[in-house]
Amino acid sequence: MSDATLPRHDAAAAPAPAAKPQSARSVVGESPIIQAALITVSLAFLLLFLLLPLITVFVEAGARGWSGYREAITEPDAVSAIRLTLLVAAIAVPFNVVVGVAAAWAIAKFEFRGKNLLISLIDLPFSVSPVISGLVYVLLFGAQGYLGPFLRANGIEIIFALPGLVLATIFVTFPFVARELIPHMQAIGSTDEEAALTLGASPWRVFFSITLPNVKWSLFYGVLLCNARAMGEFGAVAVVSGKIRGLTNTMPLHVEILYNEYMSAAAFAVASLLAGLALVTLALKALLEWRYGDAIAASRRH
Amino acid sequence: MAGRAAAPSAWRRPSVLPGLGLSLGITLTALSLVVLIPLAALFIKAASAGPAEIWAIATSPRTLAALRLSFLGALFAACINAAFGLILAWVLVRYDFPGRRLIDAAVDLPFALPTAVAGIALAAIYAPNGWVGALLAPLDIKVAYTPLGVMVALIFIGLPFVVRMVQPVLEEAQGDIEEAAALLGASRLRTIFQVILPPVLPALLTGFVLAFARAVGEYGSVIFIAGNIPMLSEIAPLLIVIKLEQFDYAGAAVIATLMLLLSFALILLVNLIQARARRRLGDV
Repeated sequence: MSDATLPRHDAAAAPAPAAKPQSARSVVGESPIIQAALITVSLAFLLLFLLLPLITVFVEAGARGWSGYREAITEPDAVSAIRLTLLVAAIAVPFNVVVGVAAAWAIAKFEFRGKNLLISLIDLPFSVSPVISGLVYVLLFGAQGYLGPFLRANGIEIIFALPGLVLATIFVTFPFVARELIPHMQAIGSTDEEAALTLGASPWRVFFSITLPNVKWSLFYGVLLCNARAMGEFGAVAVVSGKIRGLTNTMPLHVEILYNEYMSAAAFAVASLLAGLALVTLALKALLEWRYGDAIAASRRH
Repeated sequence: MAGRAAAPSAWRRPSVLPGLGLSLGITLTALSLVVLIPLAALFIKAASAGPAEIWAIATSPRTLAALRLSFLGALFAACINAAFGLILAWVLVRYDFPGRRLIDAAVDLPFALPTAVAGIALAAIYAPNGWVGALLAPLDIKVAYTPLGVMVALIFIGLPFVVRMVQPVLEEAQGDIEEAAALLGASRLRTIFQVILPPVLPALLTGFVLAFARAVGEYGSVIFIAGNIPMLSEIAPLLIVIKLEQFDYAGAAVIATLMLLLSFALILLVNLIQARARRRLGDV
């Protein structure tokens, strides 16, 4: 939330601790001691649960020095894990963008029966355990799955192969784009599009030169979150991957394997790349909220 | 919101905009292929086990212990998150202190940090020789490799939900009524609990439910710190993975179905409570 735009009545201007705002604050506001106590409690909680883990990743990653770090992230298995993670995200994210935009268009621009049910169904993957998201595909496409015999007869591999990883990733990231776009599109309304259509623009032109530019920042926001989850997904991917080194091992799975083999420094080195990705995601997210807070405020409201 | 203006038989309200057929077609096709049909396969697989076997799997002590840990742990973590999340949102919205913007951005870390990374980091910190674990060891408190470790991981991944739900409502709640209450003689505590917080309650509850739903199914951040001792610190999603690795597909499907049904029932229950509260208090 871009706090610069928020009216704050305790905005005691930094240079002069004037007496005037003081009296205004005394009516509504806590005593400085309570404020300090609450701030301390919050910061301690955050330090313990959020910041220490983040710092640990980088400290442990550097435990064996720069050369050990470089070795851990450039050995062939690590490189193929990085490549696979990028590939999976490069397929899953665009897929979810297309579906998310289509879903947002249908839901935000039209009134039809069953709309609330549709929204709930799109949100469904959020309340399904990642492990279950992987399990459903094993039950469907695995060797003993419902379609297993058919797939084997035709030489198609889904489980323990790239398609399974992509499917599981799409499942867990399914709601992200639609969820950011729907409230924003609803808030903007359709008068612009209706005007353009009346003036003779083709439907696709209306979409690409009016709708898409209007929602581009919330779309980017959704893509950002979708990508972070796609690259970092662990549970769903672990179930369908089979963890074949160099073949179906994504970065998070590689981290797990290294960690379980007591190669802690190497595990944290690969983990630090993912943590770096998380930091970039957070920075971009904060930048978006600060710069285009008004545009995406609608989507934060739900 | 639903199309009230349309004739009762029409399933949609007429619109000049094009593309409902195409966009709805893409959405429904993708939703069916990726989400609905695979989930249906899960339910069919679970049902195909037959009542006796379902009952045997569902009531086996190991299943019950895992489900109890996942659900009670998630409930406990969501309670902690509701309390600290509310304080955190309050501090972020109302107070000014150096680094507030940075802290605000950092709250989203659990959304962005891959769960496996969070898992190994938390395990390293709370292990007996870790930064925090070493401080707790003399007090004879063990966190990592115990159910307490499970709670720590679940608190980590659920925290942003409460803060992000409560924050915007608290921002809106700043204003005249609060001053009015104070000027009319209400004490500060009374103003907070009777004027400021009641409108925040629905958002707090929503955040609680989201944190809970996420925590029940959480896997990646938990398995590294939990120690995964059967009957003690083994969560339900891990039990599903173990069953899968033993090629016990029916067992995995039954436990997964139980988890889904239980969490859907709980979410539905809270939504009903919330809808009722909303009706009683007027639309919030």
